[in-house]
Amino acid sequence: MSDQKKGISRRRVLKTGLAGIVATGVAPTIITNAYGFTNEPTGSTVKFGFNVPQTGPYAAEGLDELRAQQLAVEHLNGIGDGGMLSTFSSKALKGNGVLGKQVDYVTGDTQTKSDAARAAARSMIEKDGVVMINGGSSSGVAVAVQGLCQEAGIIFMAGLTHSNDTTGKDRKANGFRHFFNAYMSGAALAPVLKTAYGTDRRAYHLTADYTWGWTQQASIQLFTEQIGWETVNNVLTPVGAGDFSSYIAPVLNSGADVLVLNHYGGDMINSLTQAVQFGLRDKQVNGKQFEIVVPLYSELMADGAGANIKGVYGSMNWNWQLSDAGTQAFVKSFGEKYGQPPSNSAQTCYAQVMLYADAVERAGSFNPCAVAEALEGFEFDGLGNGPTLYRAADHQCFKDVLVVKGKENPSNQYDTLEVVEITPRAQVEYAPNHEMFGGDEATLGACNPGA
Amino acid sequence: MDAIILQVLNGLDKGSAYALIALGLTLIFGTLGVVNFAHGALFMLGAFCAVTLQRLLTLSFEQIDPTQKDFLGNPLKVQVPYVDSWFGPDVGAFLIDWSVPIAILFAIPIMLIIGVVMERGLIKHFYRRPHAEQILVTFGLAIVMQEIVRLFFGANPIQTGAPGVFTGSFDFGVLIGFGPNAIIYPYWRMVYFLFAVVVIGAVFAFLQFTTFGMVVRAGMADRETVGLLGINIDRRFTIMFGIAAAVAGIAGVMYTPILAPNYHMGMDFLVLSFVVVVVGGMGSLPGAVLAGFLLGILQSFASMNEVKSMIPGIDQVIIYLVAIIILLTRPRGLMGRKGVMEE
Repeated sequence: MSDQKKGISRRRVLKTGLAGIVATGVAPTIITNAYGFTNEPTGSTVKFGFNVPQTGPYAAEGLDELRAQQLAVEHLNGIGDGGMLSTFSSKALKGNGVLGKQVDYVTGDTQTKSDAARAAARSMIEKDGVVMINGGSSSGVAVAVQGLCQEAGIIFMAGLTHSNDTTGKDRKANGFRHFFNAYMSGAALAPVLKTAYGTDRRAYHLTADYTWGWTQQASIQLFTEQIGWETVNNVLTPVGAGDFSSYIAPVLNSGADVLVLNHYGGDMINSLTQAVQFGLRDKQVNGKQFEIVVPLYSELMADGAGANIKGVYGSMNWNWQLSDAGTQAFVKSFGEKYGQPPSNSAQTCYAQVMLYADAVERAGSFNPCAVAEALEGFEFDGLGNGPTLYRAADHQCFKDVLVVKGKENPSNQYDTLEVVEITPRAQVEYAPNHEMFGGDEATLGACNPGA
Repeated sequence: MDAIILQVLNGLDKGSAYALIALGLTLIFGTLGVVNFAHGALFMLGAFCAVTLQRLLTLSFEQIDPTQKDFLGNPLKVQVPYVDSWFGPDVGAFLIDWSVPIAILFAIPIMLIIGVVMERGLIKHFYRRPHAEQILVTFGLAIVMQEIVRLFFGANPIQTGAPGVFTGSFDFGVLIGFGPNAIIYPYWRMVYFLFAVVVIGAVFAFLQFTTFGMVVRAGMADRETVGLLGINIDRRFTIMFGIAAAVAGIAGVMYTPILAPNYHMGMDFLVLSFVVVVVGGMGSLPGAVLAGFLLGILQSFASMNEVKSMIPGIDQVIIYLVAIIILLTRPRGLMGRKGVMEE
């Protein structure tokens, strides 16, 4: 009996199969390859992907990143007051979209997990046809998504990722980071800690057990030992542990007089609160007042930790209380839209979206290799961080770093941190082949346009 | 030695939370035969009862202070709590300071209602369905609950402090003959342990010494016979579901100063509490309590640096490792009854 007699011809099978391929989204991949690069926009819109943690221990940061990304899209499309478009030193963007195309976006939830983040990013690339992914909050996620973007041939504009590895041993030609890193935190913090707490200190580290925690701990240890501190112990703790009391209790009898919390987001809020509950900040050890240091701060963490944060030192990429024109324009836009000042994770995402769009305009193309070329070695100002360089060798931004302290007497609910020092860029710079960044073996590789 | 005592103390407060959640879980399983994977979410809802009450007590009206500026440079709007203006600043400050213990009174009726509505509205339709389906539906319900909480309260942990008199810590070491500063322990964790002991004692006393409890225990042993005596056992089991929900709820309320509540805290406790129930023995109330404290203390010990240096990562797997060993040697758990889940 032939297929013809059953009413199913080979031609029909082929037609149905082809329709199925188109309908299930395999088609974009095939069509893509007919052009020069992945997801080349052909209509009147271009789509960005915002991949942030909307659930999990870093969700509060992720949701703030998303607010900033949505605001950036509005400003690119000419909606609202334009934010930092007016203060940005590059004048390529006009508020009429990017290369004449209106910007659209899709969002994904990384769940602060690398596999979930990659799945969300893959869906954005293959189904939604995004040309760029911006996001992060968790360096583990950023490194994983950056690798995926490199393979797929689209640009990854990292959001909140602070591990040295993101632009160190795991750097990629298609990936760019505006946020500062753990090495810079150590370089900026150590001199301030030396002035505040002296050179004869014994530090105990509690460290989030993944790439960010490891590199931050190593960086802080390096710089604090350079000022004479001794490292008593380093204990790795799981991300999202919730109750850190069993890790904090041994600190009491360790002989340490400083606790360094290499934790972030909800984990930092819990570990700091519990450290205070165990009376660490009231203790006298080795004849000195016991101190706590949180090397990486965020306004949202400071808000969550409440009064426990008072007097605790840390570092930041940016703070809404800075007085430059870019910061003021951004805080005004963000504050009027959302009723609260932006966090430094929000600012870095906003800046990254602007920097990508600007690079596309200057390159005259969405081709990721042309965009990468436009970003490499790009010097700019007016985005809130002062004069900044996107270094070509590792795609890391170099700019001033803020050392901050929990404010003793806040004047309002957002006035939680005070900037105690703006560390100049020269003090936090390092060679692209620095051993903490993968040494000579770390390379960007070749740009992948995805064709 | 002082480090060991400190970890035992640490394990007691963690174990208290496990025991209270596991007690409710096993109570529901013993009465209704339902494996309730939404029980961790009830613990979380209890914690958010404390957050809600704190927010209600700090509900404020705005007063413009022209001498200060907000973050946009506008005159600062100062928030003055209504309770301050109604009862005076002293009483207002006292109510806000004691919002967590007061929240127990607030949480009990709310959690009872949530429990009864949950049982009547959803769970009862799954009595005769396989356990796998019960787990799926209750797990789904837990996800719905936590997403609703995230919608209203956001994703960040919310600080909910203990009353001022219980903040800080005390030198437990001095009380038992150690030198000063050897064993420092927060006041509130000790309060939580004592609270857990009282609640567990109250639940056992209720089941042991009241007519209602006697009927429930009879129903747990032989539901059909109790029904044939003309007793509406279903109604009593529904009330027990409500009581189990209230126990989880008040456990969550009192835990808020220890762990700042967030929307997914229930999930963190649920899995461990389920293991506690299995280790204690399905349907055994004393088993759940014993296993709760035992696993809490073991988990604390496994976090000691000396232990972790010998077996890296042991703190992450200790509970499951102990569960495997106990189930291999005592398949019904520590105090499990014959015939439960063995059909």
